[in-house]
Amino acid sequence: MRAFRRIGRLAPQFTEGIRVTLLLALLATLGRIVVPVVIEAVLDHGLRGGHAHLGEIRDEVLLGAAAILLTAVSAVAMNARLFRATESGLAHLRVLTFRHVHDLSMLHQQAERRGGLTSRVTSDVDTVSVFMQFSGIFLVTASGQLVVATILMFVYSWQLALLVLLSFVPLGVMSRRLQPTLSAAYGEVRRRVGEMLGAIGESVVGAPTIRAYAVEGRTAERIDAAVEATRRTQYDAQRLAVGVYLGGESGAALANCFVVVVGVLLGIGGHLSLGRLVAFLFLVTLFVNPVSVMADALNEAQNALAAFARVLDVLDTPTDVADPGEAGTPLPPGPLGARFEGVRFAYPSGPEILHGIDLELAPRTRVAVVGETGGGKTTLAKLLTRLMDPSAGTVSLGGVPLPAVPFSSLRQRVVVVPQDGFLFDTTIADNVAYGRDGITDEEVAAAFRALGLGRWLAGLADGVRTRVGERGEALSVGERQLVALARAYVADPDLLVLDEATSAVDPATEARIASALEALTRGRTSVTVAHRLSTAEAADEVLVVEGGEVVQRGTHAELLAEGGTYGRLHAAWDAQRTAVG
Amino acid sequence: MDETGVLRRGAHVLAVSVREQPRLYAYAAGGSLVYGGMIVAQSYVLGAITGHVITPALRQHHTSAAALLISAAVILAAAGVKVTGIFGRRLGAGAMQYALQASYRRRVTRRYLTLPMSWHAARPTGELLNNANSDVEATWYPIAAFPFASGVAVIMVVVLVALLLTSLPLALVGCLVFPAVVAVNAFYARDMSPKVGRSQQLRAEVSGIAHESFDGALVVKTLGREDSETARFEARVNELRDALVAVGRLRGTFDPLLEAIPNLGVLAVLLVGAGRVDTATLVQVAYLFVLLAFPLRSIGWLLAEVPRSVNGWDRVQEVLTETAGMAYGSATLVPTTAGARLTARGVDFAYDGHAPVLRGIDLDLQPGRTVAVVGTTGAGKSTLTGLLVRLVDPGAGSIELDGTDLRELARGAVADHVALVAQQTFVFDDTVRGNVTLGADLSDDAVWAALRLARADGFVARIEHGLDAMLGERGTTLSGGQRQRLALARALVRTPRLLVLDDATSAVDTAVERAILDGLREETDATTLVVAYRKATIALADEVLWLDGGRIADRGSHADLLARHPGYAAIVSAYDTPAAP
Repeated sequence: MRAFRRIGRLAPQFTEGIRVTLLLALLATLGRIVVPVVIEAVLDHGLRGGHAHLGEIRDEVLLGAAAILLTAVSAVAMNARLFRATESGLAHLRVLTFRHVHDLSMLHQQAERRGGLTSRVTSDVDTVSVFMQFSGIFLVTASGQLVVATILMFVYSWQLALLVLLSFVPLGVMSRRLQPTLSAAYGEVRRRVGEMLGAIGESVVGAPTIRAYAVEGRTAERIDAAVEATRRTQYDAQRLAVGVYLGGESGAALANCFVVVVGVLLGIGGHLSLGRLVAFLFLVTLFVNPVSVMADALNEAQNALAAFARVLDVLDTPTDVADPGEAGTPLPPGPLGARFEGVRFAYPSGPEILHGIDLELAPRTRVAVVGETGGGKTTLAKLLTRLMDPSAGTVSLGGVPLPAVPFSSLRQRVVVVPQDGFLFDTTIADNVAYGRDGITDEEVAAAFRALGLGRWLAGLADGVRTRVGERGEALSVGERQLVALARAYVADPDLLVLDEATSAVDPATEARIASALEALTRGRTSVTVAHRLSTAEAADEVLVVEGGEVVQRGTHAELLAEGGTYGRLHAAWDAQRTAVG
Repeated sequence: MDETGVLRRGAHVLAVSVREQPRLYAYAAGGSLVYGGMIVAQSYVLGAITGHVITPALRQHHTSAAALLISAAVILAAAGVKVTGIFGRRLGAGAMQYALQASYRRRVTRRYLTLPMSWHAARPTGELLNNANSDVEATWYPIAAFPFASGVAVIMVVVLVALLLTSLPLALVGCLVFPAVVAVNAFYARDMSPKVGRSQQLRAEVSGIAHESFDGALVVKTLGREDSETARFEARVNELRDALVAVGRLRGTFDPLLEAIPNLGVLAVLLVGAGRVDTATLVQVAYLFVLLAFPLRSIGWLLAEVPRSVNGWDRVQEVLTETAGMAYGSATLVPTTAGARLTARGVDFAYDGHAPVLRGIDLDLQPGRTVAVVGTTGAGKSTLTGLLVRLVDPGAGSIELDGTDLRELARGAVADHVALVAQQTFVFDDTVRGNVTLGADLSDDAVWAALRLARADGFVARIEHGLDAMLGERGTTLSGGQRQRLALARALVRTPRLLVLDDATSAVDTAVERAILDGLREETDATTLVVAYRKATIALADEVLWLDGGRIADRGSHADLLARHPGYAAIVSAYDTPAAP
């Protein structure tokens, strides 16, 4: 309930005009009892004394028909308002959550959590939406129908009304009790379907391996087992669902027995008329469907609530790296130097990764950070760009501590080129325009030329209008990096942070990347997380990070003379390099 | 697709379902008939009770216990039989639907396992997964309503005939109401399916944007693109919202209409019947209309699913009727442990409808020798490795293993002697052991020996549960280098006589790669073909092939090629070139 109130505050669309909608809902459910009421009227009045009073019957029927039409119109209006309100609210919630995910720090956006975050704004909201369109509206109208029918029954005969309710109560309770079992059965179906999709996926994604090792038979067996397990669990769940569904029918039969037996006895005593008795039989039918489908609807309501809670969970995650906004201090103009003072970093509930870094990087220098994987190089780069905040100490750019720099200033002046050079599924030009809005195709082409990539671009069929495909997969890994470099170039940053790719790139592209990097970093401050020592050789300054500390710094030549960790890294690399000719 | 075409083809799909599952269809349709029959019976029972028990009792202020007991017993009996009908209908339909899904999933995946790799290569993974999953599901989705609707159609005719025998005016009301419900349902289905299709499409697009945007979160964040990404997401979310509201509005309009029609029918029965038929008949027919309102809708549900079903069926049939296949001979090779000899003569290869990838390839791999293949991206290296293990057949020329053409060898015979380790490693959702043996009967000692040779024993020993650790989606995740070493062990455990490594150690540390290659050299007699970039890898080869533009441009020692081809030199030294100063 508290969740619902919270949602109302987050997305006011949900509750907009709810009073009118509820009023319409009341009118719409009143329509459900028109038929029993008219039957009562016709039997008790229109046909009184064994004669048909046709005029009266006509009036009663026409009145009933008018009521049915009015309630149908109300129902149409209620549905339209309800769908508009819920879908608008959900759309708003989707966008809020989407934005919030982008505002979370890198800590929360790590690869292994991304799938989960995506489902928060997709399948979880979809679950709620589907619930609203089917079971949600059913629950609204079904409960209204039950209430209205019950009231009418009490008006006709309270004794009989109690008996009818009594015949449905145990079945209602039973189906509620069975609901967790049903829910578990559906959960099992989902799990089996997931496994089956995995097995089928292997036959597609792993096709070359399966073929090369001639293991088709074994693969087929695994798929068959998963397909069969899915079929069996689906059938088991269906059996349970049918069992629950029958509650309504059985209740109706019991209620009809009561109505006939007790109704006749009451009628003989003069407490119940023929019309009312028959009307009871019609009212009983109004209970069948709600009671039958209640368990399913409640099950879906629970799923929807759980999905809702997951969405709220994301919104409740605080944006730990906050934007000071207007109140902050923009970065000073010109190339930026960087300073680390007593910087420590540990992931939540993880060991400390950086143990007190003190460091000053001069403007316009090209810095290479080298060291073993896990030593803290990448963490250093993330702190420098405020993708995360240190657990202790301060990082400053151009003399301004990072937490005081408005994001608008920071993101404009400091640009990161990530390892995988992530591209969006659009054209090269549009991807480059991520670095600077409103850039023309000609300016994009000029950027490529400035990076020495004019020839490469010219070799593409559609030039800057070439589509890069999903995640840029129409281009090779190295070509994606070229586009990422152009994107960084048009952003014209004063500090450039590069995470060098580790994956193998074909050598011609590798050479292009190297020359583009050279052009890109010229005249700017740059910090490169280097995986190849050749990058360190070309840098103005090299930082060697090991065990969470900067253990050496200086030029390549100085460090080579010094030996130490750098000497060891270099020797290993050199041995490999000269292994052949 | 014109509408009648869809219905005709939908009828064909339904006919197939009956042909394949006649027993389950009989159960379900029989259940539906019983259910419908009992609805008619219930209305007769209530009519009779009204006429013979209630009316006289209320008029004479007297009744007999026997009359009441018989009434109750008949009501319960009718309900009991009806419940049996529901069981048969719903369980039968569920069993039929799930059995058909399972059967077609097996058939589709069987085709995947036998269709040639060139067929696989020409189709996106997502499409193949959909064929086996959602297309099969969509094809058989109408089965949930099909037996129900067939039973109801029969009952409807029976009811109309019965009404005709009772009273012509009442039959006329029936003739108006029943077809009206079916027709409105049909319109509903026709209007609904494009709207649902559109909302599903938009849902996929919204999900696509969320996936992409979160995958590229680093780029979005570091370029300060949160606002524009949110705007991009919001635009599509709003389209989805409008589409869902449109779906809701349609449902919200038709549902009240479908509810109003039978109710108006009941009123019409009262109007027309009063004075013409007795009270009992009036109650009976009115009750019948109320009870039939729900089953009549099944026809609408069936019609609603037909377009999707037909689409799914067409896509599934495309896979099932695909005739391409790979023919196998019956020859086998003499079992031996010595290295195999592989020769290729004038081999050409082109993917369907594309320019040739390989032209006039001549190869002679002598037993026990190691040959390296070097070439630029797109030179055809991976295609060549695929040909050697017969993932594809050459367009012209021949490839022989120990003097036997690969095409003459029996199914599985190539895999007995040749092992490929591909560039893209594939890890099955299985244990470490299962991933190495792929179900072959091999001892743990043999598995460990292969892991040792692939330098994978170290990390496997450190994983919890060792050989029994689950890998893949729901298991331990491995790094790229670990995956490659596991794939290598998978090849080595088979003691292949020809080992084909397609850039199979690209993600492995250079020092470890060196150790692996040295180990291979010392401990196996296998003939080896290795696609490589790194000098260290090439250094181990007895001969190097320089593949350029789909042809073997030159062959010789590393030093020879280095001297003769600037292109070759550029490639093999790219990794060793420091970034230009």
